[in-house]
Amino acid sequence: MAEVILQSVGKVYPGGVRAVQGVDLHVRHGEFIVLVGPSGCGKSTTLRMVAGLEEISEGTIAIGGRVVNDIAPSDRDIAMVFQNYALYPHMTVERNMAFGLERRRRHGSLLRSLLSPAYAAERRAESARIQARVDEAAGLLGLRPLLQRMPRELSGGQRQRVAVGRAIVRDPAVFLFDEPLSNLDAKLRGEMRTELRILHRRLGATMMYVTHDQEEAMGLADRIVVMKDGLVQQIGSPSELYDRPVNRFVASFIGTPTMNFVEGEVERDGNAHALRWAGGRITLPSGITLSTARAAIGIRPDTLAPVADGPFRGTVQSIEFLGDRADVLVESSGVRLNARVPTDSARSMREGESIALGMPSVVHVFDGDGQRAG
Amino acid sequence: MKSLRPWFKSALLAAGSVVFLFPLWWMVVVSLETPKRAGAAMTGQDGIALWPADPQWGNYAEALAEMGSEPWVGFVNALANSIVVTTLVVIGTVLSSSLVGFAFARLRWRGRGALFTLMLATMMLPGQVTLIPLFLLFRGLGWIDTILPLAVPAFFGNAFFIFMYRQFILQVPESLVEAAKVDGHGWLGIWWTVILPLCRPVTAICAVFTFIGTWNDFMGPLVYLHAEEQSTLAVALNSFRNQYGGLDDVHLLMAASLVTMLPCILLFIAAQRQFVEGLARGAVKG
Repeated sequence: MAEVILQSVGKVYPGGVRAVQGVDLHVRHGEFIVLVGPSGCGKSTTLRMVAGLEEISEGTIAIGGRVVNDIAPSDRDIAMVFQNYALYPHMTVERNMAFGLERRRRHGSLLRSLLSPAYAAERRAESARIQARVDEAAGLLGLRPLLQRMPRELSGGQRQRVAVGRAIVRDPAVFLFDEPLSNLDAKLRGEMRTELRILHRRLGATMMYVTHDQEEAMGLADRIVVMKDGLVQQIGSPSELYDRPVNRFVASFIGTPTMNFVEGEVERDGNAHALRWAGGRITLPSGITLSTARAAIGIRPDTLAPVADGPFRGTVQSIEFLGDRADVLVESSGVRLNARVPTDSARSMREGESIALGMPSVVHVFDGDGQRAG
Repeated sequence: MKSLRPWFKSALLAAGSVVFLFPLWWMVVVSLETPKRAGAAMTGQDGIALWPADPQWGNYAEALAEMGSEPWVGFVNALANSIVVTTLVVIGTVLSSSLVGFAFARLRWRGRGALFTLMLATMMLPGQVTLIPLFLLFRGLGWIDTILPLAVPAFFGNAFFIFMYRQFILQVPESLVEAAKVDGHGWLGIWWTVILPLCRPVTAICAVFTFIGTWNDFMGPLVYLHAEEQSTLAVALNSFRNQYGGLDDVHLLMAASLVTMLPCILLFIAAQRQFVEGLARGAVKG
């Protein structure tokens, strides 16, 4: 186990493209941290810089108290699980898992083991240790029956397990995962997510995980790092990010369905501010100060509910039943609002009819620059 | 071809095969004939012989014993020389071409594109153009009458195979190389333990083509090796032809030729699956 500290880390590619800028991050011992963001936000590049697969253009990365900027990937005490698993196709599952350790063992020569019985015995003992570690990891992941198979003979989920097993065998200070579940179907992805979470608790290891799927991030992480355009937007626990997003990007990225935004003009309303839009006007909670002429309120879909009369009157555009809940899309004065309501409530609605949605007690206010106000 | 009935397709392919296989079969038949019947077959007096009337298996032993000035010694020497030269050239070509192909495909270095183009351009040079400069170079190095001029250049890569390896390695996922890096391998280790085993179809093509080319190479050994005991099979066969090229000895010439060809045929049969797979893969993905 170890902590990972990134200080002002940046990556500039030849040609001047800045993929990552000024990332400061402190991953604590045993923490499961997830880097999330849309394609091209720099999350994978950041992970690859920690792994040593990308050179660090600016700043420093320390693993276990040691700056690793100029240290080879194999000497950083990390293990990485790749998106496409990166299993060696010409080796059995067992050899795939043992490969990293065998490489370390091979520094002694075969000739030396022939000449020195003591050295040969040491090598044999080491082989046995490697075998034991492979067996232990295989047992942990239910891979024992597959050890003699080739990767091509495995299903996607089994390959993914082998990739994780290969990382476990190395017993690294830090596990790095680069979108390891994105090649699996939805059902398997859900199962593997749970397994990874359990595995993290069992091993108590430090894990850094990259995904573009915010649901995956919410389900796995102790803390989430949201990135956009190479910049960290917010770092916090899943509930912090959901309840208090620092800007519109985080607010819209975290949470399913996406947060609704109602944009309007800011007006003074006594000591408080109010927001006026084409469909109405609401007074913003006291204590919120806005210096911009325009602003937006953000409303989580699961806080919107149909009422007899409310500020958002509009037409039902579509109803999607999801089992115990339904997503209802309402168009109100040019604003599209998504409401997640109980199925019973949705059953009484019809597409095309007019309904009203009430103003929830919790709203998020963002100024004209998209930053959180209050 | 899809609309053709299976039996018609088979018949068409069988007829095509006959055209290609007949000369080989004819060589086998003539090599097993008596001197008189073999001579007659050559001149067409007896029509075309399709089956040896009385197979003379002893023709093979006689032909091989007669190769060179001492019975059997010439053949054994030539066979040994061919095996040594061919083995060295195949090993050298596979190792160097795959290594250079890997560097062109996966390593980022200044001037890579320009050097790759330059290397491809060397494929346009006919061998005859470089023959004299190379001869002078090897003479200057004191390598004439040794196998070095035949074997050493193979360890510097072959432009065509480098190109093939590069194209194949480009298809290997980058993450495999990165996984090997995390597992503690340097570039050479990655090439040896991950890339080379994955390149088996290309290696099969490279090995088979190089083997056939080197085994049958006549010009190289003729130019650089002058003593009889240094001859390879191709050169020894040529000397044999000069000596036994008459109509009376044509059965011996055919027997010696067949023995010379045999390793190429056997190798092709052994590596056929990999070979065809490699060619197909090159065609689809290359």
